[in-house]
Amino acid sequence: MTHSAPAGRGSLRRVPDPGLLVLAADQVTGALGDNVAPDAIEARRMQALSLAVHIPLVCFGIAFPAMFMFVHGLYLRTGAPHYKALAKRWSKVALILFAVGVVTGTILSFEFGLLWPDFMATFGDVFGLAFGLEGVSFFVEAIFIAIYVYGWDRLPERTHFLTGIPVVIAGVAGSFNVIAVNGWMNNPQGFDVVDGQVRDPRPWEALLNDNLWHELVHMYLAGYIVAGFIVAGVYAAAHLRGRRDAYHRTGLVVALSFAALAAPAQVIVGDWAGRTVAEKQPVKLAAFEGLPETTQGAPFTIGGWYDEDTNQLNGGIEIPKLLSLLATHDPNGTVQGLGTVPADDRPPVNIVRYAFHTMIGIGTALATLGALFVLVWWRKRRLPRSRWFYRAVMAAGPLALVALIAGWITTEVGRQPWIVYEVMRVSDAVTGNDGLEVGFAALVLVYLGLGGAVAWLLRRLAARPPERELARS
Amino acid sequence: MAEICLGFIVLGLTAYGVLGGADFGAGFWDLTAGGDRRGGRVRGLVQRSMSPVWEANHVWLIFVLVIAWTAFPLAFGAIFTTLAVPLFLAALGIILRGTAFALRGQAGTMREARLLGATFALSSVVVPFWFGTVLGGIASGRVRARDPAADVDAWLNSTSIAIGVLAVLSGAYLAAVFLAGDARRAELPDLERAFRARALGAGAVTGAAAMVALLVVRSDARPLFDGLTSGSGLAAIIVSALAGIATLALVWTERFDIARGTAALAVAAVIAGWVLANEPDLLPGQLTIDAAAAANATLTALVVSIGLGLVILLPSLYYLYGLVLRGRLDQAYEPLDQRFRPLSAGDEEQP
Repeated sequence: MTHSAPAGRGSLRRVPDPGLLVLAADQVTGALGDNVAPDAIEARRMQALSLAVHIPLVCFGIAFPAMFMFVHGLYLRTGAPHYKALAKRWSKVALILFAVGVVTGTILSFEFGLLWPDFMATFGDVFGLAFGLEGVSFFVEAIFIAIYVYGWDRLPERTHFLTGIPVVIAGVAGSFNVIAVNGWMNNPQGFDVVDGQVRDPRPWEALLNDNLWHELVHMYLAGYIVAGFIVAGVYAAAHLRGRRDAYHRTGLVVALSFAALAAPAQVIVGDWAGRTVAEKQPVKLAAFEGLPETTQGAPFTIGGWYDEDTNQLNGGIEIPKLLSLLATHDPNGTVQGLGTVPADDRPPVNIVRYAFHTMIGIGTALATLGALFVLVWWRKRRLPRSRWFYRAVMAAGPLALVALIAGWITTEVGRQPWIVYEVMRVSDAVTGNDGLEVGFAALVLVYLGLGGAVAWLLRRLAARPPERELARS
Repeated sequence: MAEICLGFIVLGLTAYGVLGGADFGAGFWDLTAGGDRRGGRVRGLVQRSMSPVWEANHVWLIFVLVIAWTAFPLAFGAIFTTLAVPLFLAALGIILRGTAFALRGQAGTMREARLLGATFALSSVVVPFWFGTVLGGIASGRVRARDPAADVDAWLNSTSIAIGVLAVLSGAYLAAVFLAGDARRAELPDLERAFRARALGAGAVTGAAAMVALLVVRSDARPLFDGLTSGSGLAAIIVSALAGIATLALVWTERFDIARGTAALAVAAVIAGWVLANEPDLLPGQLTIDAAAAANATLTALVVSIGLGLVILLPSLYYLYGLVLRGRLDQAYEPLDQRFRPLSAGDEEQP
């Protein structure tokens, strides 16, 4: 089997016909030997925890530089001191979050080797290039965020502004490369499998895989939604406490604008992502919806519980034909069911399904909130007046975080039991070493301490009066 | 192509050993600085010197990891399986140290600063030790390429411990040299003297420890010793020893800026010597460089990307370190025990 993109079509994927599914010869068990650990749950838990800690920081890495550079730009155009104070404050918070992101990201790269040595040994030469490029952009980010933040009032004004631009670019480039690897795991290409061995790696093809683009745009917008609403929430709280000066107002409007524009756009990108999953990973899509059998005009069910023994979705409210409409843009379209693959090749349906529903539920609510803000701002040129609007903005940040994590659970648990989709099983990639429980416990403790310390510090930062610029003006 | 990739790894390890090592060493001096009052001045300088550069210095580690798993995936998998314990401990130390350092700059009370400072300083000593044990395990041929499994002996052996101790000491030595230079730039003669003395002491101890380590390697890992005492390995060790002695002389005569260069050379030569001593093996006795290397398409792609990346990175790093060494990013100096003015980055007047 060749994992390559034939000319003229996106990529080879298996035809969704049960007769043609998964032949053992297509699969890879790993280059390091036969250390199969059937239950990879400890390793998966550890990896999931580390990713859940890191991903919110990535959102800030993607979106925050653009936000403080926007405010910095406003300052350069108008010379108003509150813009400078705000840009300075935000860039300092960004630096702290970047530092925490640096170390939590380091753990991830260690865990690739510690938890999945056979995955790295077998496929490192296929997908590693993306991480090489990521390393470069990470470097650029680390260099220039330091120059920018420590350069306030020290470098010439124009030079200082210019040193912020690589930070914005590197944040985007870094996520591009990491998403490329994730896209590849879900839609592997750029190598051949011959007798269970990986041959002829084509790293550029693996890097530019078919899942990259929608995942990238989806995550990029998620970054703006999460960072935008969380930052806006801080200023919404200040607004409710009566702090409505230009400084706080700018903080609210800028952060909220980024989030409010991204949230409705995310609905469209989500649709694109969903249809790609329907096409490339039909079993995953079936798990999103708990669809047991291949169905024409498949319904969309809200609530209910999937019984994996009887392969039935029990309870819930059924909306006829909606799933077919969403997945194929045709109310009578055919959607593949879970039954088309053996039970061992299916992801845990309820986790994936509820994560998916949580994500789209919150996403829809945030899109509505964003659209409301844009509408009021556009028609009336002012902020909404209802106190409920500000309370909703305060809630939107944490909710966006939940949606973010739910989205990653959807795509990553939905990938199970594969680490490289339909090529290598998670159980073949996991380390044979013992003692993962101890490692997991240690990591939980460290992250609890880290989370507590960062939260405490950011609260204190938020409570502090604005930077000197304001006192002077 | 495999050699170029290995060259990138040596470059990354050297840069991490020198720059990252000095940051860990700064933590060593932070740890041993004494009580709040007495140590406040040293800690203030450590905080001020490390702040703008430690993140960039840390990224060299990531640089090494990503090249290792792309260019030598099999060796990477084997190393991370066999040496999982010290690598995991190092990773935990990295989280604690990075976070504690970033947050200490924002500490609001002495108690907070003490807690964060102790976490930062302790983990700064522990992390290079664990990395040293990992290098020792690899260099002494204790990583199996086929069917690897976690192995206590691979990191709890005399070579590993000797290299671990050496890693801690050489970091402290580098840090003292760099901090003496920074103290001069900040016009703090008392700290300049203090770090000059520390640099001389640490240099002497590190040199002695290196001799002991060589004897340990001789009895524990004879092939490595033979590699280090013959041919190009020997040449590298001699360069390292000369650079170390030159650094001591330069510190003695208070020429700290040149001493930065020679101190870095001493570390770089040891790392190069280790790789040369192993040639043509990557995992001694287990896996040659060629056998460990990924397919040519991957190596070419990696060399091209990292090569182009370095075209961006090297001028950027030059710009950063140039700004730092010319004092353009310097914060006002304040002893740490007096410095609970948070958000200080950029708020003070230029000194």
